[in-house]
Amino acid sequence: MILLWLISILFIGGIIAWLSERINPNYPRLIALVTVLLDLLLMFSLLGAEPGDGGWVASVDAGWIPRFGISFYLAADGLSVLLLLLTAFLGVIAIGSAWDEIKEQAGFFYFNLLWTLAGVLGVFTALDLFLFFFFWEVMLIPMYFIIAIWGHENKNYAAMKFFIFTQVTGMLMLISILLLAYFHYVQYGALSFNYHDLLAVQTAGRLEMWIMLGFFIAFTTKLPSVPFHSWLPDAHSQAPTAGSVILAGILLKTGAYGLIRFAVPLFPEASMSFAPVAMTLAAISILYCAKVAFAQADIKRLIAYTSVSHMGFVTLGVYAWNEQALQGAVMTMLAHGLSAAALFMLAGGLQHRIHTRNMTDMGGFWAKVPRMAVVALFFSVAALGMPGLGNFIGEFLALLGAFQANITLTVISAFGLIFASVYSLWVIQKVFQGEYANAEFDDSHLSDLTRREMVYFGAMMIGLIWMGMYPQSFLELSQPVLVELINSTESAIAAVVQN
Amino acid sequence: MNITLADLIPLLPLLITTGTVVIAMTVIGVKRSYTLTAGITIAGLLIATLSAAYLMPSTNEQVTPLMIVDQYSLFFTVLTCATAMFIAVFSFPYLANLDDHKEEYYLLLGIATIGAIVMVSSNHFVSTILGLETLSMSLYGMVAYPVHSEKSAKFPLEASVKYLVLSAAASGILLFGIALIYAQTGTLEFASVLNVATATPGLGAGFSIAALILVFIGIAFKLSLAPFHMWTPDVYEGSPLPATTYLATIGKAAMFVVLLRFIEASDALVFDSVILVISLVATASILAGNLLALLQDNLKRILAYSSIAHMGYLLIALVASYFVEGSISVEAVTFYLVAYVIMSAGAFGVASVVSSSEQEFDSIDDYKGLFWRSPWLAAVFTGMLLSLAGIPLTVGFIGKFYIFFAGVEAALWVLLAVLVIGSGVGLYYYLRIVYRMLKSADDAHNFNVAVGKNLSSHAVLAILFLLLVVLGVYPTPVVSIIETISTYIL
Repeated sequence: MILLWLISILFIGGIIAWLSERINPNYPRLIALVTVLLDLLLMFSLLGAEPGDGGWVASVDAGWIPRFGISFYLAADGLSVLLLLLTAFLGVIAIGSAWDEIKEQAGFFYFNLLWTLAGVLGVFTALDLFLFFFFWEVMLIPMYFIIAIWGHENKNYAAMKFFIFTQVTGMLMLISILLLAYFHYVQYGALSFNYHDLLAVQTAGRLEMWIMLGFFIAFTTKLPSVPFHSWLPDAHSQAPTAGSVILAGILLKTGAYGLIRFAVPLFPEASMSFAPVAMTLAAISILYCAKVAFAQADIKRLIAYTSVSHMGFVTLGVYAWNEQALQGAVMTMLAHGLSAAALFMLAGGLQHRIHTRNMTDMGGFWAKVPRMAVVALFFSVAALGMPGLGNFIGEFLALLGAFQANITLTVISAFGLIFASVYSLWVIQKVFQGEYANAEFDDSHLSDLTRREMVYFGAMMIGLIWMGMYPQSFLELSQPVLVELINSTESAIAAVVQN
Repeated sequence: MNITLADLIPLLPLLITTGTVVIAMTVIGVKRSYTLTAGITIAGLLIATLSAAYLMPSTNEQVTPLMIVDQYSLFFTVLTCATAMFIAVFSFPYLANLDDHKEEYYLLLGIATIGAIVMVSSNHFVSTILGLETLSMSLYGMVAYPVHSEKSAKFPLEASVKYLVLSAAASGILLFGIALIYAQTGTLEFASVLNVATATPGLGAGFSIAALILVFIGIAFKLSLAPFHMWTPDVYEGSPLPATTYLATIGKAAMFVVLLRFIEASDALVFDSVILVISLVATASILAGNLLALLQDNLKRILAYSSIAHMGYLLIALVASYFVEGSISVEAVTFYLVAYVIMSAGAFGVASVVSSSEQEFDSIDDYKGLFWRSPWLAAVFTGMLLSLAGIPLTVGFIGKFYIFFAGVEAALWVLLAVLVIGSGVGLYYYLRIVYRMLKSADDAHNFNVAVGKNLSSHAVLAILFLLLVVLGVYPTPVVSIIETISTYIL
């Protein structure tokens, strides 16, 4: 039941926030904050819960459209709980970053923000594939509105591109889901979209590969991975800060989650034979996007490309499909969620103050905004994978696991760490060090971080240090889930080999 | 054959609608009152809707050889009468200031509805033609209605004549196909056409195929399927908005029911070439409709092209019905038609509410900034457009899900690929309108969005919006009704 509450609180909170604007334009942000904090508190109760049958700590299952065997089935295990916590945490951060930035139509803004979060929570907990697809699409529309209304100069193009990319690839996934359900009907005589039922479906050969590709393309578009990544830099550079935070911190993780929960376990055989291709794409993403990031002058585009590069480690880890690699992928998801969100907030903060994202106009800001510079240095160093911070644990484990699966590609991907240091430090140098920006530049609004902003950044710093110093508290939650997933796919493959 | 009173009970909705028209006509003869005529029509259609809904669970009768009154036809009678009633409500403020006699418009609307009811209940070519021509004749009048108005800026006469000529040509083709079938079977009942396909006595398979394809082409004209779609955008644009709405919703739905019954009864899909022709027409419609809509700036033209594409989607489910056991494809067609009627009526309804016979706001620039000027209308319009695009939380998504499901079960990979491409392209022009509404308003294009002046139209929009969302989130009640009634088609 608690899962249903988590989602419906956000849906209802969104509507209240929208309506409350009529009373007082400051109410929507307050209501949004209270709603998400309430959700966060409720989630903590999931942490203490004893795992039930199959490791699910909470679930709700009700009939929905019986004609198609569709049920309203939500369930959460350790992996889901980690991602739920990340979602709510970054939800709070996103509201904080929008606090002063969003003045126009604030009610509708927070409505969209909360509905996006609700859709994401649905994606992380849905275990009926129709329901999963439903939430997958539901989170798109409010995100479209966030970019299209509160975005920057080229918002129409960016919002449209984002929507069309994700929607069209989503339809491919829908066809795959329907095929699976149909095979279940053929093999077991009943239609079902239930995850557990569909795991039992036997598909084989080329058809399995095609069905798997439907999922793979949808998830790697969201993740994103080369060659489906081109929407991301546009969406990020045009979105308002809070939009970027949600996009980079949470929405991208739905793609990774989909790969771990659905794409591989549902099609173990096809995934294993497809793994070299997926890992190659991951290596290309890591290196190519790191290189492209280095060529950007727009600071938000740069961070967007680094996101694609870091997400490459997730794909690499998932398709290595062993415990270490998967733990690495999950840790990278969490750590990147925080570091990328923080970097986008810094870029957004800069843009809010000096009205440009162009790095050629910046330089020597350290003297003027020392606190911001230090914070930026911290998160850049985190992003480049400094030991002691969360990103290092994630990428190290991913590489360690991938090394057991494919040595060549792992070695090539490891160069991504070096590239990451180059572009990360280059940004710091461009923006905060060196000569002060050109003379005509109006810096009267360039003020240092406020106390409120420091609180947000401080919270994210603590998170990253925690992940880096004592990752065990996170690994413990996801470990049983990942082991279970690996075992089930291995037994499925073994069964096929025996036949 | 003697007709008893009991035989007439299944025809109650038809008789009530006819009675409504007669009463309205008499009243006009006695005293011209716009409000009274509209009121009588709306009330009559409401009673017809309720009577059809009342009869639906228990009726399954062949009334004369011409009409079949089963649950399926009664379901569509409900849909037709309710939609006609909604359109009558939209028409009332729209025509209120017309500088001409305006009462007769409701007679035409009522007669068109009679035609539509006959069509959805028809399983005989004679009643098909009777219903179709009754519907079309009235629509010519409705399309051209403001022709004597001095202020009417559009081209209703051009639209009407274009529709008349092309529609007559299409009827000619349809009749020729029917004649060929008659030459072979000697009867005009849909059910007996089965012989054409299976036994093919007499004139051979080629003859049957020609006959079936001619009938299909005649119907395709009326459904504005590509490549027979040329008239659609012009007629949509030239007609007054309520007439466009009628044409786009009831006109299409009734025709598709006839096509569905004919295809299922005649078993026409046993011929590969018939399947090929229908598949090609589906592909052409989806691609042409969606691609040409990209080039338009006029709302009515965009919706015209999008309706071409939607009819193409429906054909996919129709083709699937041959390959799939059970009634899932028929259910897909039925559900999609319901969804399509709701979302088209809603989208055109928003435009009708802000327009009047003197000035229509049908450029998408007119809707710039609507989100901030009238959040209510903008929300309804956005909902309708997202539904047309097939986005979740709306009934259009469930409809598209049905079509995908039927297509996957029938393994129609090429058509599914076309459907995915078409829907992807479609997103662009729907979102383009949504984006217009999100932009900040400039004063140049403002129209009055005051709610007070036509509360009833807004109430109808609210009903349609509610249906859109409720059926999008919890479609189970309608899904099970459709599951039951679809068995009557097979």
